[in-house]
Amino acid sequence: MNTASVTTSAAPSLDLTRIRWVGYKTIVIREYGRIIRIWGQTLVPSAVTATLYFVIFGSLIGRRVGDMGGFSYMQYIAPGLIMMSVITNSYANVVSSFFGAKFGKHIEELLVSPLPNWVIVAGYVTGGMLRGLMVGGVVTLVSVLFTDMQVHHLFIILAAVLLTSLVFSLGGFINAVFAKNFDQVNWVPSFILTPLTYFGGVFYSVSLLPQWAQKLSYANPILYMVNAFRYGFLGVSDVPLRLAFAIMVVAAIAMFALCVGMLNRGTGTRE
Amino acid sequence: MNALSVRGLVKTYRNGVQALKGIDLDVEEGDFFALLGPNGAGKTTLIGIATSLVTKTAGTLSIFGHDIDRELEAAKACVGVVPQEINFNMFESPETILVNQAGFYGIERRVARERAENYLRQLHLWDKRDKMSRSLSGGMKRRLMIARALMNEPKLLILDEPTAGVDIEIRRSMWDFLRGINERGTTIILTTHYLEEAETLCRNIAIIDGGRIAERDRMSSLLLKLHTETFVLTLRNALSAAPKLDGYNVALVDNHTLEVEVSKNQNLNDIFSRLSALGIEVLSMRNKVNRLEEIFMRLVEKGANGAAARAPEALSGIAVPETTAVGAQGGRS
Repeated sequence: MNTASVTTSAAPSLDLTRIRWVGYKTIVIREYGRIIRIWGQTLVPSAVTATLYFVIFGSLIGRRVGDMGGFSYMQYIAPGLIMMSVITNSYANVVSSFFGAKFGKHIEELLVSPLPNWVIVAGYVTGGMLRGLMVGGVVTLVSVLFTDMQVHHLFIILAAVLLTSLVFSLGGFINAVFAKNFDQVNWVPSFILTPLTYFGGVFYSVSLLPQWAQKLSYANPILYMVNAFRYGFLGVSDVPLRLAFAIMVVAAIAMFALCVGMLNRGTGTRE
Repeated sequence: MNALSVRGLVKTYRNGVQALKGIDLDVEEGDFFALLGPNGAGKTTLIGIATSLVTKTAGTLSIFGHDIDRELEAAKACVGVVPQEINFNMFESPETILVNQAGFYGIERRVARERAENYLRQLHLWDKRDKMSRSLSGGMKRRLMIARALMNEPKLLILDEPTAGVDIEIRRSMWDFLRGINERGTTIILTTHYLEEAETLCRNIAIIDGGRIAERDRMSSLLLKLHTETFVLTLRNALSAAPKLDGYNVALVDNHTLEVEVSKNQNLNDIFSRLSALGIEVLSMRNKVNRLEEIFMRLVEKGANGAAARAPEALSGIAVPETTAVGAQGGRS
């Protein structure tokens, strides 16, 4: 081993803004690299699932269902299917990546670095949003093969998808912080997220449900996200748009604060 | 300026275990400092607090004057750490690991790539730069962790058993590398179970036991406190009984091996003269155990017996135990 070429910096003043920005970019680049490196696990499955949904629900069963909300069934479920893939992938990316870092202990690389916890949360959450949006894009392309995708309000589409992926990335982060094993990583997506998504108006309008089921559905936050997104494409929604966006914004702020607070306290990361 | 300054540091874990019981410790800038202690003594907890992986219960800790309660980011920016356990992403390549690590310290990727190449070459990992890290050998993984800790060019490098499980050839080349870093101004704090390593590399030492500092001194001063050493002599001709040397405790281990206990006021010339007079020819000689190891064991054993393990007197006139620290601490004689 050579003994040369290690110098100690002569006490340069600390540029915290630069450290935070470069650190944030690094986490995002690393997360993007992970998504691409394991593309077979991250990008492909949702495209396959979406194709199956379109073939079975949209094409085979959908023909017998008829119109919904004034649109063909295939057109109606397409925004819901895109949103479903965004939700599950945003969540899955952060929970698996952050828990994996905890499990493999390489989260310590970040914890010993001068990056504040809010930058760490922001980096991981951006990674989750990236995957959610990439998969959402793939499923949108699949949708175009099966139905006519119209755009009613582009800004609402973008705002809804960004906020939803943000909220579920944060959800994945919270899950990963608390998880102590891989069972606990899978528990929430299997037993909470999937049922809420299926009952969140992806495949139907809540107006078709009996009164009691409608009331129950309005307690499901995913209903608001799916409907806001669907409004952006079709101009129809089962919920008031303002309420939907208010729920997403409040949830995002509260969950971000919770994530940073947990890291500051050392929950699940420090002894 | 002190690289590390600790006052009244206490850590009590949630399960009630008090790992640190009010430690005071200073490590000067530029020092190569050994922090030794038996398993569970509190070394890793102290390092954990210094690197913010462990939260302290009470007390203060500052790194190059930056108090971790008030200037945590500035304090962390000064530190590089090589932890005890392998903790990089096994699915990433060495180069990616290093470049990302630099990024977490605000170093742009272009600069980070140059530094990564520099350290990968110096640590003989360049040809493995794009391999998946889990395919590296144990020694390579250890070297990768050292390279990673250097990416932010830290003023304080903390090494928690950096050569554990590494063969002697690589260990010695790592020693040369670390000496070079220290000579260029980086303060190094080393914990190790290889006491020869600490004795060879470090100028100052603290021995921590039971959550308290049991000893803090210059390495040379501490070694002078060793009042008795045992030497193992290999003989050319076989003996049937131990020769009688007045004033010395001599034991015949086997026909060709003698053990002679020598106190500080005696000398080896006298022993050789007497053996020569008896017609006994000595082929080679070695210490029975590493000197630091002997001091370490005496301090730790005394601590375990409930006595105050501080006074230098504790070291005097105690015979070298037959059961040395070699097995318990993983060191070598």
